[in-house]
Amino acid sequence: MSALELSGLAKRFGALRATDNLSLSVEENELRAIIGPNGAGKTTLISQIIGELRPDRGTISLFGRDITDWPVPRRALAGLARSFQITQLCAGFSAIDNVALAVQARQGHSFRFWKDARRDPALTEPALAAVEQVGLGARAETLVENLSHGEKRQLELAIALAMKPRVLLLDEPMAGMGHEESQRIVALLSGLKGKVTILLIEHDMDAVFSLADQISVLVTGTIICTGTAQVIRTDPAVRTAYLGEAH
Amino acid sequence: MTRPALPLRLTVLVAILAVALVALPFVAKAYGSTYAITLATRLVIYALVAVSLDLILGYGGLVSFGHAAYFGLGGYVVAILAFHHADGSSVLGLPGTNEALITWPLAMLVSAFAALVIGALSLRTSGAYFIMITLAFAQMLFYVFVALKYYGGDDGLAMARRSLLAGNRITDPQTFYYICLTLLAVAAYVVHRLTRSRFGMVLSGAKASERRLAALGFPILRYRLVAFVIAGAIAGLAGALFADLARFVSPDMMAWTKSGEFMVMVILGGLASVVGPIIGAAAFILVESSISGWTEHWQLVFGPVVVLIALFAPNGLWGWIKGRSGP
Repeated sequence: MSALELSGLAKRFGALRATDNLSLSVEENELRAIIGPNGAGKTTLISQIIGELRPDRGTISLFGRDITDWPVPRRALAGLARSFQITQLCAGFSAIDNVALAVQARQGHSFRFWKDARRDPALTEPALAAVEQVGLGARAETLVENLSHGEKRQLELAIALAMKPRVLLLDEPMAGMGHEESQRIVALLSGLKGKVTILLIEHDMDAVFSLADQISVLVTGTIICTGTAQVIRTDPAVRTAYLGEAH
Repeated sequence: MTRPALPLRLTVLVAILAVALVALPFVAKAYGSTYAITLATRLVIYALVAVSLDLILGYGGLVSFGHAAYFGLGGYVVAILAFHHADGSSVLGLPGTNEALITWPLAMLVSAFAALVIGALSLRTSGAYFIMITLAFAQMLFYVFVALKYYGGDDGLAMARRSLLAGNRITDPQTFYYICLTLLAVAAYVVHRLTRSRFGMVLSGAKASERRLAALGFPILRYRLVAFVIAGAIAGLAGALFADLARFVSPDMMAWTKSGEFMVMVILGGLASVVGPIIGAAAFILVESSISGWTEHWQLVFGPVVVLIALFAPNGLWGWIKGRSGP
């Protein structure tokens, strides 16, 4: 059974076919990368998987269950976590508070009205662990608006990890990061490899080629080719459509 | 992990505020003024509404422009039950009563229920639509009570006597003041705890980023609705107290201008704090009563004051005080 299975997915915006009869199957604990030129429909695809956009046609299933009509929170609780391409952090909250919210979501409903959440070790300990895992330990108490761009991206990842997901969708986790920060994330992701199913959308080709078990190439809303790094590098259709002559 | 406690100077300030509220009746009594004690009671009741509104407006980021509806409903529950008690008739098959231990909780319950219905419908919208729909519901209730000639309609409904509390008549204005002050203290503490709990984290997290909270797995509407109901219940209690203070209720209690005044109090004092709305309500009542002493058009003076505060203290009076006492 696939961890994540998309079949015949279609989404149009007026005349634009953002997702065009797209099918994709990701095995459990696989790290699948999706690459494609700008405007290929990568973020539209993520939005449909996560539930922010409803597809016009097609189905999405998570471990064999059809989740096409599920709202966003229900999908999240079923084990689907994402990082946002444009960071979505709670301003006014510290880094660790942002992660603690993710931990809190995993511990059942939050209709708990009395105990101070910031002094609850059941929240703070796992949150701190996730913050340290991405290398932000020293910045745990910093308000998110005071974090650098790269640190915000690291925090995005810490939040996704704290959700203890079964399927992790990463929307350009390394965009705009410095080399050192990118290296840290690559190391972190290779550590996760084989433990959780990951769908990685990324422009950094070195990272993609070194991390991915398989790579799918998305062009004008559809997958034109799927294969290992070796296959993708040499596929002539991919070269023309995406990697171009410059590569 | 813990946030730094309030700086000492601020703690002292809050303590002074609390002592002033407790000592006020003694000062008023020394001057032999019942006006002052009535004014102070009104201040405390409005502070109670402001604290409740801040839960949804400040912490939840939900601009509800109909909060007076719950205040007015709470007042009418007390006045209507007293009215039926006085003439021995029944309402909805139940006898009237003037026992506060029954009418006040009932006022909270009715207001909470109204908040549940209004919230369930309005929280599906956002932004300007949310403001308009909460306003529309409050105006609907306003006109319902204007049309209810049986309960005085436009002219309102007077109560012959103040409610009994566990069978005792509260004739002493001082005692009534302390009852109101105690309830304010309890409500402020409850809201304080609430906003720091897991529930409060979800509520203010959703204000900061709705998308993030949904992606984490929180069905935001439910959390907001619960906050709405809690705020409605507290406002209903304040309405009940107000009915007993004035021994009079009228549709003006739920007029849109009243909702606006409550919002001004919260914003003036400082959003998303417990002390802020209390300071805001105090400032509002004190400025209103002192200016209206020498001119009927007190809003002509109050308007510019609000503008100045909005310009120079964008985080309200409490935010301004906190800013001045260092980070």
